Amino acid sequence: MNWLIDFFGNADNWSGPDGIPVRILEHLEFSAAAFLIAAVIAVPLGLLIGHTGRGAFLVVVSANTARALPTLGLLVLVVLLIGVGTVLPVLIPLIVLAIPPILVNTYEGVRGIDADLRDAAYGMGLRGHQVLFQVLTPSALPLILLGLRLSAIQVVSTATVAAFVGLGGLGRFIIDGLATKAYSDVIGGAVLIALLALAVQLGFTLLNRAVVSPGVRQVR
Amino acid sequence: MITFEDVTKRYPDGTVAVDHLSLQAPTGAITVLVGPSGCGKTTSLRMINRMIDATSGRILLDDQDVRAIDPPTLRRGIGYVIQQAGLFPHRKIVDNVATVPYLLGWDKKKARARAMELLELVGLDAKLANRYPFQLSGGQQQRVGVARALAADPPVLLMDEPFSAVDPIVRASLQDELLALQSELNKTIVFVTHDIDEAIKLGDVVAVLRVGGHLAQMAAPATLLSEPADDFVREFLGRDRGIRRLSFVPAKGVRLGPLPDDLVVDADGRPLGWRSDGGLLPYGTFNPERDSLRAALDAALLSPNGAAIAADGDGRAVGVVTRDALDDVLIRYAEKSLEHEPEPGERVAADDHGRAEP
Ligand SMILES: Nc1ncnc2c1ncn2[C@@H]1O[C@H](COP(=O)(O)OP(=O)(O)O)[C@@H](O)[C@H]1O
Ligand SMILES: [Mg+2]
Repeated sequence: MNWLIDFFGNADNWSGPDGIPVRILEHLEFSAAAFLIAAVIAVPLGLLIGHTGRGAFLVVVSANTARALPTLGLLVLVVLLIGVGTVLPVLIPLIVLAIPPILVNTYEGVRGIDADLRDAAYGMGLRGHQVLFQVLTPSALPLILLGLRLSAIQVVSTATVAAFVGLGGLGRFIIDGLATKAYSDVIGGAVLIALLALAVQLGFTLLNRAVVSPGVRQVR
Repeated sequence: MITFEDVTKRYPDGTVAVDHLSLQAPTGAITVLVGPSGCGKTTSLRMINRMIDATSGRILLDDQDVRAIDPPTLRRGIGYVIQQAGLFPHRKIVDNVATVPYLLGWDKKKARARAMELLELVGLDAKLANRYPFQLSGGQQQRVGVARALAADPPVLLMDEPFSAVDPIVRASLQDELLALQSELNKTIVFVTHDIDEAIKLGDVVAVLRVGGHLAQMAAPATLLSEPADDFVREFLGRDRGIRRLSFVPAKGVRLGPLPDDLVVDADGRPLGWRSDGGLLPYGTFNPERDSLRAALDAALLSPNGAAIAADGDGRAVGVVTRDALDDVLIRYAEKSLEHEPEPGERVAADDHGRAEP
């Protein structure tokens, strides 16, 4: 508790280029960039694979990769390949981490839709893209949002690694704190990351309420 | 008119679901395709709106080959109702019904107004318009399915076992409502079922298919009952063909006798029962203007004395048919049917059953 008071009570921690507001902003920048890029790739891909049934192996590969690949290892690899000094060493591993939950859940969401519903949609005279966007996507929305939420939370928690390559973000409190044995910084940084993850969770709950039709069965 | 010309469907795995089928579904009539499970009914139906394309042969809508029409365009002009309704779960009922009008680019207000009209037409409360499909019973969802199929007023309606998944009582009322709707709308309907009773009740023409998509017989229901083409059809029709045929003979011709003294009626002339020492005995009524001979016979069997009470549209007793009079009619009918088959026009759309009381 004292550590938390030390960290959050210290006025110096709230200003300057290594203050809490700046670090939070940096953290959100990496996270948002990685998450948005991943979403732009994975949602359309998942919809397309689910709709056409072609390329399902990509989903499997991606799901397995996610389980097998250590984010930190990938980070080191990218640094070795292209060096430090850009944001790429952070973005690439985060994007790779963020894609699978979105891809898998979007795909499953579309695949799992009742064959009769698809059939009825075509039978009414909807064209392929109308079936996808007017029927399949709204029905799969709870799962798509679940994928996005899992992905966003992972990204926010993992963006800590930016600190390893000298970039900012909340990871700095943890890494620097450990190096200098300033444990109040370590704890404070960890708490801030947890709070961000909670905020993301809350954001998705609200989003879900706003965009998912009350007629569609929710997941969980 | 929908015409199948020598239509064959062979699936990629080699199954021949429909084999050289030729038939015509007349304009403004209900044509029922009936047959055991797997005989190719669904396949045949879905070739009409190109949900499946025929391997060979042609299907004509009036004079146009369906293969010449782009499938979504074709389908927007053909109502399609399936067993599980297939409503869009994320759309309100009113928007489900307006699906095809929206696709056709009607403005939202007009499409919704039309949807409300249809909900009323199929007997659904306007309150349901703003619900979602999961909030409706199976029977209600099926009605919405019918409303949706009718929304853009297509001349043709395809129905694939639309009432099979609901319980028998709801099914019977859905069937009655379809007949009532059809008497107003005169659509060209192709209706698929595996239930021969449903086929006989709904069809103006019934096509019996056997496995492999071969047409075993196509005829009006009364003809089917009196002259099954072969053993397969006879067996498929099941028992009681003789009695069931009476459904197609109007009761109009029966001789009505005067109301006997032992019939007790209320102040308005509605029957209450047969007088006896032990109180009132049960009775049965039929409406000679509307009902079939089968209903008259049924009414007679419901009365201990064997006399059927003829009642008018308001339920007032107008006469009595004694057992003897009924026997005369039945014998005359049996003799007549040896020489002449009832025409489809002689068919009675009403109830098969006499109304049982007490
Ligand atoms: N997509 C398909 N691929 C292969 N065989 C099929 C397919 N759809 C139906 N069949 C087969 O075609 C036959 C007719 O099926 P169907 O038209 O559904 O019959 P019904 O509607 O009369 O029960 C059956 O033997 C069925 O197994
Ligand atoms: Mg079928």
